[in-house]
Amino acid sequence: MKVVVCVKQVAQLDEDFELRDDGRDVDPDCVEWDLNEWDAFALEAAVRLGESAAEAEIVVVTVGDDEAEERLRACLAKGADRAVRVWDGGLVDADVMLVARLLAAVVEREAPDLVLCGVQSSDGVSGATGVAMAGFLGLPRVAVVTGIDYDASARTATVERELEGGLVERLRVRTPALLTVQTGINEPRYASRRAIKQAREKPLEELTPADLGLDAEAVARTVASRVTAMDHPPKGDAAELIEGGPDEVAARILAIVEERVG
Amino acid sequence: MSGVLVVAEARRGAVRDISLELVAAAGSLVRGAGGPLVVGLVGADAEELAPRLDVAGVDEIVTVRSPREHFEAHVAEQALEALVADVEPAVVLLGHTIDALGYAPALAARAGLGFASDAWSVQWDGMPVVRRGAYGDRLVARVEFPGRDRVLVLMRSGAVEPAAGAGSARVRALDVAFDEAAIATEHLGYREVERGDVDITQAEFLLSVGRGIGDKSNLSQFEELAEALGATLAVSRPIVDAGWMPSTRQVGQSGLTVKPKLYLAFGISGAVQHLAGMRKAETIIAVNSDPEAPIFNVAHYGAVADLFDVAEALSAREA
Repeated sequence: MKVVVCVKQVAQLDEDFELRDDGRDVDPDCVEWDLNEWDAFALEAAVRLGESAAEAEIVVVTVGDDEAEERLRACLAKGADRAVRVWDGGLVDADVMLVARLLAAVVEREAPDLVLCGVQSSDGVSGATGVAMAGFLGLPRVAVVTGIDYDASARTATVERELEGGLVERLRVRTPALLTVQTGINEPRYASRRAIKQAREKPLEELTPADLGLDAEAVARTVASRVTAMDHPPKGDAAELIEGGPDEVAARILAIVEERVG
Repeated sequence: MSGVLVVAEARRGAVRDISLELVAAAGSLVRGAGGPLVVGLVGADAEELAPRLDVAGVDEIVTVRSPREHFEAHVAEQALEALVADVEPAVVLLGHTIDALGYAPALAARAGLGFASDAWSVQWDGMPVVRRGAYGDRLVARVEFPGRDRVLVLMRSGAVEPAAGAGSARVRALDVAFDEAAIATEHLGYREVERGDVDITQAEFLLSVGRGIGDKSNLSQFEELAEALGATLAVSRPIVDAGWMPSTRQVGQSGLTVKPKLYLAFGISGAVQHLAGMRKAETIIAVNSDPEAPIFNVAHYGAVADLFDVAEALSAREA
């Protein structure tokens, strides 16, 4: 079987981050990059599917700049066979739809049995890239999956979908299909030193949108939103700060406990 | 092309709360965008449920009978496409819910709609303008949709008060010729996560811990503290994902919604999914070492401090 896993490098803001000069995003010098937490679970799910299949290829794909290569190498060390990175300078402000369109173009080329994505990214929190891809591709899809049982001979997957309030739906989906994977579905592995070393030798392909048949005009046409400004959120009724050392904080907390539930 | 189409949600025979919140958001939007305000509802029982959506401000309710008993994402996508073609709205509003996330982005992609999700607000400023969180709600982004004359927005639940008051909407059924071949999933059943012997939804005082506790070995310290204080221990999602506590203790959108008199949070940053499950607590105290943690935006009392130091001081005083 073949599984494509779509991953994203996410930004964690430094404590004293600053905005870019145009005010539309954070200064990239003020962030640390990491692999999106949800995608780590999606990758692990793919690697496990591969391990239980007679023959399998796991391809990890991202839209991201040079920095993202390190994240792809980490995925290769954790069991992916091959990586694809899509980038050019025109993608700095790419929105959900453009990223989904680019990933869809790679999936189209790879023609996998399953596409796995994380439910959402910790920095963008759109929760939409995977399902938008499925829209571009006309693929069956299930969002927010917490269990996957793939049946290669029947070309179906029986999955669990997590709903609000502790409710779970079981359903069967025809494959090829796209699933967005929720955290907690498995326990992502750590890469061994040996695997990290071997990952350096695994193929990592770099593509531009043009390589995927998307010229500048097609890229511009796909963008469905534009952030025009970023700002600090209004502090609503901000919390009353409890000042002082641990002992003073504890005393105040106990006084509130006494007053409210004593 | 004008007006707003709200897509309501129902599950297991009941209209979900988000539906009337969307109507309220649409109500202020049509004042700028122009009407009408149309509510669409898709489901096997859509016609029976339609009267529940007849609140002040709604001009028309359009029902689509689903060929499936339960929500099905590919049915929903086709129905949404038909509703949009029929109503021709400038703005389509849905909830940022698990169901909507399973189909709305797909239609937005296929139909080339302007798109934003997890929106805090949508306003009309000569064009639709969305505000949404960025970087885990540390920042707020203003989002526009240049070149798009129709926009689809998924609204965060709890962002506005639900619409109320009796309405006088027309109700109409829209017949959709579903493409059966595209309906790719089959419902096998629902499963309720077991409540276990502790019901955190009934507790008056919850002591809740999150990722900040760092390691499983630190959990027992907070279990003991909860017992000493007479509180019930609850946790945020990362603790359940790590397998340290069962999901019966989980507060949040995917866990349980709680409304205790007092919610004392240690090491919980306040992701939106967590806040959705506890923001209605009467009193919230948050202890977190990160002064920018979003939980301080909903807490009534906050201490920027090392959670272990505070926990130890509390234990010492209770001993």
